Amino acid sequence: MVEEESIRVVHCGGSELNFRRAVFSADSKYIFCVSGDFVKVYSTATEECVHILHGHRNLVTGIQLNPNNPLQLYSCSFDGTIKLWDYLDGILIKTFIVGHKLHALFTLAHAEDSVFVITNKEKPDVFQLVSVKLPKSSSQEIEAKELSFVLDYINQSPKCIAFGNEGEYVAAVRDFYLSVYFFKKKTTSRFTLSSSRNKKHSKNNFTCVACHPKEDCIASGHMDGKIRLWRNFDDDKKYTYTCLHWHHDMVMDLAFSVTGTSLLSGGRECVLVEWRDAAEKNKEFLPRLGSTIEHISVSPAGDLFCTSHSDNKIIVIHRNLDASAVIQGLVKDRSIFTGLMIDPRTKALVLNGKPGHLQFYSLQSDKQLYNLDIIQQEYINDDGLIQIELTKAAFGCYGNWLATVEQRQEKETELELQMKLWMYNKKTQGFVLNTKISMPHDDHITALCFCNAEKSEIPTLVTASKDGYFKVWILTDDSDIYKKAVGWTCDFVGSYHKYQATNCCFSEDGSLLAVSFEEIVTIWDSETWELKCTFCQRAGKIRHLCFGKFTCSKYLLGGTEDGILCCWNLLSCTLEWSTKLNIRVMEPDPYSENFAAVSQSSEGSDLFVFKPSEPRPLYIQKNISREEVQWGVFVPRDVPELFSSEAHQWLNRSQFYFLTKSQSLLTFSTKSPEEKLTPTSKQLLTEESLPTTPFYFILGKHRQQQDEKLNETLENELVQLPLTENIPAVNELLHTPAHVLPSASFLCSMFINSLLLSKETKSAEEIPDDVDMEEEKESDDSDEENDFTEKAQVTSDPGLEEDIIHQLSKSEEKELRKLRKVDYSWIAAL
Amino acid sequence: MAAAERGAARPTGDNRTSRRRRRRREHCLRTSGLEPGAFPGQSLRARAHVGLGRREASSGAGGRPAAVSRGRGVGRRCENRVPRGAACWGPTPRRARQFLCPEASGDYFEDPGRKGKGWRRPRALFRLTLLARPVKAECSVLYFWVSNLEGMGEFKVHRVRFFNYVPPGIRCVAYNNQSNRLAVSRTDGTVEIYNLSANYFQEKFFPGHESRATEALCWAEGQRLFSAGLNGEILEYDLQALNVKYALDAFGGPIWSMTASPSGSQLLVGCEDGSVKLFQITPDNIQFERNFDRQKSRILSLSWHPSATHIAAGSIDYISVFDVKSGSAVRKMIVDRQYMGVSKRKCIVWGVAFLSDGTVISVDSAGKVQFWDSATGTLVKSHLISNADVQSIAVADQEDSFVVGTAEGTIFHFQLVSVTSNSSEKQWVRTKPFQHHTHDVRAVAHSPTALISGGTDTHLVIRPLMEKVEVKNYDAALRKITFPHRCLISCSKKKQLLLFQFAHHLELWRLGSTAATGKNGDTLPLSKNADHLLHLKTKGPENIICSCISPCGSWIAYSTVSRVFLYRLNYEHDNINLKRVSKMPAFLRSALQIMFSEDSKKLFVASNQGSLHIFQLLEGSFKHLHTFQPQSGTVEAMCLLAVSPDGNWLAASGTSAGVHVYNVKHLKLHCTVPAYNFPVTALAIAPITNNLVIAHSDQQPLPNDKTLLYNPLPPTNESDVFRRRTAHAFKISKIYKPLLFMDLLDERTLVAVERPLDDIIAQLPPPIKKKKFGT
Repeated sequence: MVEEESIRVVHCGGSELNFRRAVFSADSKYIFCVSGDFVKVYSTATEECVHILHGHRNLVTGIQLNPNNPLQLYSCSFDGTIKLWDYLDGILIKTFIVGHKLHALFTLAHAEDSVFVITNKEKPDVFQLVSVKLPKSSSQEIEAKELSFVLDYINQSPKCIAFGNEGEYVAAVRDFYLSVYFFKKKTTSRFTLSSSRNKKHSKNNFTCVACHPKEDCIASGHMDGKIRLWRNFDDDKKYTYTCLHWHHDMVMDLAFSVTGTSLLSGGRECVLVEWRDAAEKNKEFLPRLGSTIEHISVSPAGDLFCTSHSDNKIIVIHRNLDASAVIQGLVKDRSIFTGLMIDPRTKALVLNGKPGHLQFYSLQSDKQLYNLDIIQQEYINDDGLIQIELTKAAFGCYGNWLATVEQRQEKETELELQMKLWMYNKKTQGFVLNTKISMPHDDHITALCFCNAEKSEIPTLVTASKDGYFKVWILTDDSDIYKKAVGWTCDFVGSYHKYQATNCCFSEDGSLLAVSFEEIVTIWDSETWELKCTFCQRAGKIRHLCFGKFTCSKYLLGGTEDGILCCWNLLSCTLEWSTKLNIRVMEPDPYSENFAAVSQSSEGSDLFVFKPSEPRPLYIQKNISREEVQWGVFVPRDVPELFSSEAHQWLNRSQFYFLTKSQSLLTFSTKSPEEKLTPTSKQLLTEESLPTTPFYFILGKHRQQQDEKLNETLENELVQLPLTENIPAVNELLHTPAHVLPSASFLCSMFINSLLLSKETKSAEEIPDDVDMEEEKESDDSDEENDFTEKAQVTSDPGLEEDIIHQLSKSEEKELRKLRKVDYSWIAAL
Repeated sequence: MAAAERGAARPTGDNRTSRRRRRRREHCLRTSGLEPGAFPGQSLRARAHVGLGRREASSGAGGRPAAVSRGRGVGRRCENRVPRGAACWGPTPRRARQFLCPEASGDYFEDPGRKGKGWRRPRALFRLTLLARPVKAECSVLYFWVSNLEGMGEFKVHRVRFFNYVPPGIRCVAYNNQSNRLAVSRTDGTVEIYNLSANYFQEKFFPGHESRATEALCWAEGQRLFSAGLNGEILEYDLQALNVKYALDAFGGPIWSMTASPSGSQLLVGCEDGSVKLFQITPDNIQFERNFDRQKSRILSLSWHPSATHIAAGSIDYISVFDVKSGSAVRKMIVDRQYMGVSKRKCIVWGVAFLSDGTVISVDSAGKVQFWDSATGTLVKSHLISNADVQSIAVADQEDSFVVGTAEGTIFHFQLVSVTSNSSEKQWVRTKPFQHHTHDVRAVAHSPTALISGGTDTHLVIRPLMEKVEVKNYDAALRKITFPHRCLISCSKKKQLLLFQFAHHLELWRLGSTAATGKNGDTLPLSKNADHLLHLKTKGPENIICSCISPCGSWIAYSTVSRVFLYRLNYEHDNINLKRVSKMPAFLRSALQIMFSEDSKKLFVASNQGSLHIFQLLEGSFKHLHTFQPQSGTVEAMCLLAVSPDGNWLAASGTSAGVHVYNVKHLKLHCTVPAYNFPVTALAIAPITNNLVIAHSDQQPLPNDKTLLYNPLPPTNESDVFRRRTAHAFKISKIYKPLLFMDLLDERTLVAVERPLDDIIAQLPPPIKKKKFGT
């Protein structure tokens, strides 16, 4: 039984990874990025999240490595604290309490006991750069109140501050001026560009600044796409600058490489530009990065760069400008039209992703699974361009079908509509476009739904449109002499007094279709497409429409714009009950009769959980979010929880997730965030500390395949993977140089023997014969791999057997060495 | 020949060019009114001297002229942007109260001072007294000095755009630090001397020669100017007498480069045959000393090490370093031909510069600026700055900055900046690019305070370095000099003829006329188009120095370096008879300025020996009347003349000495106006009063920027006091394109010769195409 706690609203991942510049560890193995209230530690090689450092109670605003100990990390937050972490173990070492809202953090190598932060001490929009002395103390929580002021009236963004030449000066830019403060001389030089008031159309506002690591050179990025390299700035008169101009839109971020030989810049063009030797003619490009580059950072070792993008991703880039890894969070930079959906197969959250894409986002692992390109057109990132928008999507038939609607409206009368139907292909494990219908309706499509009844033999889709019609689309045979195929065609067009169709919904068994036409709900028989009855409440247009489930399947729920929630009894065709509730989101739980409704009031949003059969709600939580809740969805749990209290029972089988207007994804939980770490991610922690051998990479590939298989079979139990690296025989084999290795026949025997060991605990008969045969047929020459997979399947529970393997393998190895002389060629013959 | 015919005879380009030509040919008559404008804050200084006979006027202690008072309210020193050239007096000067600007059509009109209010139509009639062309051609500002406020009226303005003058492109620029002068040579062999301290005034010029294509220009031994060219000759110029002192063949084929040693006593030339020749400069000649090791291909650039022990020579594909003592090549540095990874044609080293620390900077045709260590012969650093050739380099004397010019019209500034503030290590950094040219920048120079560049697009651009400028004022602004600071046009008022002077021919045009009248600002249709009457080609390779047409229109005189020509014109309806007056006296070899008296009876010739000749013109012949010999000891040439309208007085001015005034009746020197420390740019003698007006090149704005300029008010309905308070002597018009000439034909007609810069650019070869973003 789970301990009963009050239900809290918690952030559940999907937070911004691109809020600040990412930071590399000293050895470039890890990359740190702020993510909401946490700091996430990713492996640069595997893209996996290794640690989540939590401890801050508000948004983390800055992270920097401790210059004196590169295994430690400083972070600062809006909660007014600076925390020092051991990121390898994920341990909070110290907390320094500053007390003011901290907006950014900078560390310097020579200033050993102080860091620099941006605060707004007095006025809310006047920002200052101050240096904070971190007192030395053994206690965990230390007050750091010794602040010394450095620069005033600076820009809030840390991109506009840069420390140069081992901390001799700090450069800050804001609007049209660059100020440079020299710590030794304690003087400030200020250089002003002619502002846009003086010159027409000149947008030379400063946007970012970077300092050369070796030379006295400041690079500044500007709104008009120019980069200026300032030199001689210690002299107010003799200062000089040169311009580099490639970007056509504002320069979002700049970074010098570690040696200073090249300058990296990025912006709206989605191209990373490397300026070598600060020369205009000598530049390299890494194009097609997908979306606006927000931040650029460089690893201290100099071998990696990384760019943070506006679509919430971090790309790790090699020194030779090859993108090597992509850390993708929930894409959030655009408005969500499709709402939240759950892919019935992967249980992934599905919503609008990159432009023209649907993203499949795993809530469990808090990472993006994949993107499905719906629009399949090159995205041109330009201001004022009207793009094709993916507006609606729906899954049907247990995830076998996906319907999408895309539209583009340049003018009032020029509407381009397209509906696409995608079939799930089991072989490729993805959706394949099946039918493309251009202009399915003459006006905007307001709703589409599949008939998800178990017994329905023909997949059916209903679309409702503002043009006053709803259309029923069915799957028909589209075979010709060349191939067998299926396709979708329109089966029925219905309308009701030319009213705009606003919603549609199938009943649970698929026998009834409810279509709302503005204020009127019509019920249609799905066999004959006859109008059965109408309900009219005259309380504004119907905004939500949904049939009840299970025991409540005789009820139809409707929410109207005027704030009335109605429940009709379909058997008696009467209004069962109605209540005044201004509903923004109404979602049915797929595994119970429950409905969740979120209402909007001036104070905030409230959650109501109710059953259609009872007018009294099961659970009410007031003020779940201050913002407007835009979308919500019930996500089935992997493992059902057992809450005994009645108020918590609605969370037993599913969890309710919702998305607010500022696109933060929230859910309800009773557990503390630490407990939310799933066993898989915990195991990843242990594995991350293992040496990366070649074998490890092979293993990694197999694990990914297995993960997919797992998802496919929807098995909830976790298959733990064997720790083959601990077998000495394998270790020796892989770590011995190739030229001293014995012949393959010896290796083969060694392998087989080492594998035999594990069979002592589990009977050898468990290996399915057919798998064995298949694998041998597939590839005889790659013995190692085959053996390994075999083992991977066999040792399904290594946690228990680890000790045995260790003990036995040592003695076994001795035996093996003796046996080397013995001819085992007969094994190869098998 | 008629204008239309001439236009058709020219090779026609694409549609745009021909349209441009048509526009240029258009000759419109427009009525004009008077419009006040803002005073821009600069003008040439005009000194009004008291009339002849009252000579004490300007003998103040500092040589500054006293104010002149003539009539009512003229007692102010009048400021005028008057360059050298024709200045003329209008007929009835009574009061100098207003500057006038003739307004043509509204399309060019912009009055910054009265934005939004529209402009008030002036009602007063102004008579023009002094008229001048602006020096600063690109801003088309016109200043008039107006004498009469009474009466109402308008001007008819001939806007002439058929003067098809294209200045030759700039080939070399040499800056002399001692005298702060700049020598500029053009592609036709003309050499011009600009005085940078005198407000960039072009004070001297040496006319070009067809066979002398100047390739190199340098100052040596203080202020001696040498040039060398593709005819293989080294020339020295006499800066006093304004002629070529001598020409000496270097016997190495065409000369591509020349440089004077740091001490100025030796001259080094690089020749086509790969030889580098050393000449010793003697007080009145140069003497060949020896040859250096001969190279395989032509020497395109040369540079001395400041200690004069080594020289660097840029050739094709390599740079050689010579030891001056032994004359042998000690280093050979091969320049990379690669251009963006592709092997291009041969890499021409267009310029080298030897720095005192042994660094050689080279610029080449692959667009690179490279730094070499001459001690080891290794490449230290390379900057790829252009897709086209980098054609010129100039290093500052302090060796802390240099400038290069590219074929794309960009000049780049490089500066030596310290790597970090606390270390002594310094590095060369490319700083600002300047794009003031459309075509190749063939030559650059680096004065202590400015970057100077010139090229095929004929502009001389002087870009001050803001960090070196003490006070940010007009002097610190960018200068673009396109047109020569002398008069190329003369006008016959009676016959309404214009004589245009080109390098090798003269063109005579008759102005069109109109019968139509219109409102102020209207464009009047021409009833008769302008006629091209005469095309007079010179014989021989020499350029025309000066030309003049008599006010009656029946005499034309012009001069080359070797001869003065005089022609008699006879008009018979539409036919013209041209008869050359032969037997010019032998002593009259060349003239710097020619002028006819108002009644066309006398001809005044300023010759380059410094003497002034007066000839009596008779029907078909002439008679030498008198020669004013230069004062003893001076050989300075007279290059400005002014004749009083009554023909009794002649004023002449040299480049630096004072203005001499001669009595023509008595044929004797009347007086000499003391020299002012800025050169004279224009002279004029007022009619009736016989006041001499002198304009100097220093630009002290007399009505300063804050002075309010008033509209001329209607004289009738306001009190006289109020009128006097609000009336102002200065009016500015900004409606014109760059003006080359302006004169008053009669009391109500003006002629203005415009030369839009676009038309010049259209006649140049197309510039290197550059990709522009978004096109």
